[in-house]
Amino acid sequence: MCSYIVEKATLVGTAKGPNSRWMKIDTANVYYDHPYEAQLDHALCVDFVCNADGGRERVAIEISRESALELMEKIKAALESGDAAHAKAAASSLVGSQTEVARLF
Amino acid sequence: MSYPGLIAETVKFKGHNGDTGDAYYARPSAPGKVPGVVLIHHLPGWDEWITEAVRKLAAHGFATISPHLYFREGPGSPDDVGARVRAAGGVADDQVVGDAKASAAYLRAQPNSNGKVGVIGFCSGGRHAFLITCRAPEFDACVDCWGGNVVVDDPKLLNDKRPVAPIDLADKVKVPLLGLFGNDDENPNRDHVNRLEATLKKLGKAYEFHRYDGAGHAFFNAARTAYRPEQAADGWAKTFAFFHKHLG
Repeated sequence: MCSYIVEKATLVGTAKGPNSRWMKIDTANVYYDHPYEAQLDHALCVDFVCNADGGRERVAIEISRESALELMEKIKAALESGDAAHAKAAASSLVGSQTEVARLF
Repeated sequence: MSYPGLIAETVKFKGHNGDTGDAYYARPSAPGKVPGVVLIHHLPGWDEWITEAVRKLAAHGFATISPHLYFREGPGSPDDVGARVRAAGGVADDQVVGDAKASAAYLRAQPNSNGKVGVIGFCSGGRHAFLITCRAPEFDACVDCWGGNVVVDDPKLLNDKRPVAPIDLADKVKVPLLGLFGNDDENPNRDHVNRLEATLKKLGKAYEFHRYDGAGHAFFNAARTAYRPEQAADGWAKTFAFFHKHLG
């Protein structure tokens, strides 16, 4: 049975939409149910939409449960490694700035 | 032998509240009176498989119409429109019943109508078919194909759009009911089907249920991995026999 259970996440960003056009997105509608296209019994489905623009267009994915779990892990890993790299860059940038400023005096 | 001809097209129908929308309509091309069937689509929407099911019923002698229950969400591909409806929490029961009644009226207004009209639905449409049978005297027979949430375990699933668990309306079933279910389905699961059958039996309703081993949800749908050809062939045969028996 298909359900009407949809989790909604508020987002800030863009997605490549219909006709290869970028569109703003502000919401992800997330559900685990029978997919429309993927040949899976159940799929984790996400519809990226922009409700502020009427929500009529979407960028959709339908992936297996295992794919969804792996994707979650990879998103987390990407954020952690990205945060670490950015913190390092910010720190070195700060040091550089202090050095530059010190030279002025 | 020759296969019977049929005519299939998208037509306009006047639905609930007088709103005009699309419906897919197919009927035998041979002259003569035939019974009608209103086919209620599944939650994913008014998709290609639904049109195939409409033509299949027409090829077996039924003038069949499937109203696009999501037409009010505007133009777009069936999957995009279906996604919008899902995100909005689905369509209201009152609206679906209204669209179904209007579809029955459309069939009866055609010169080929023998005056009898049944209803069949799949998935959420199976639930709708049961609900329509309880609420609309326009129908003469009902086929519920794996309608989930006819039995509602969690009251939180009831809301303004779906305020009543259809099983609680079972005393209003006045016409014969055929139920087809896969034993591996999760909703309705075996317990849901058992409870629905026990209720109908207790109320003395005319029903026949068939439960298929090795099948889950949507086992008629040849476009999906859920398709089970043997069980689907038997289920279709039972559907045609049931409708011919009760509708002509």
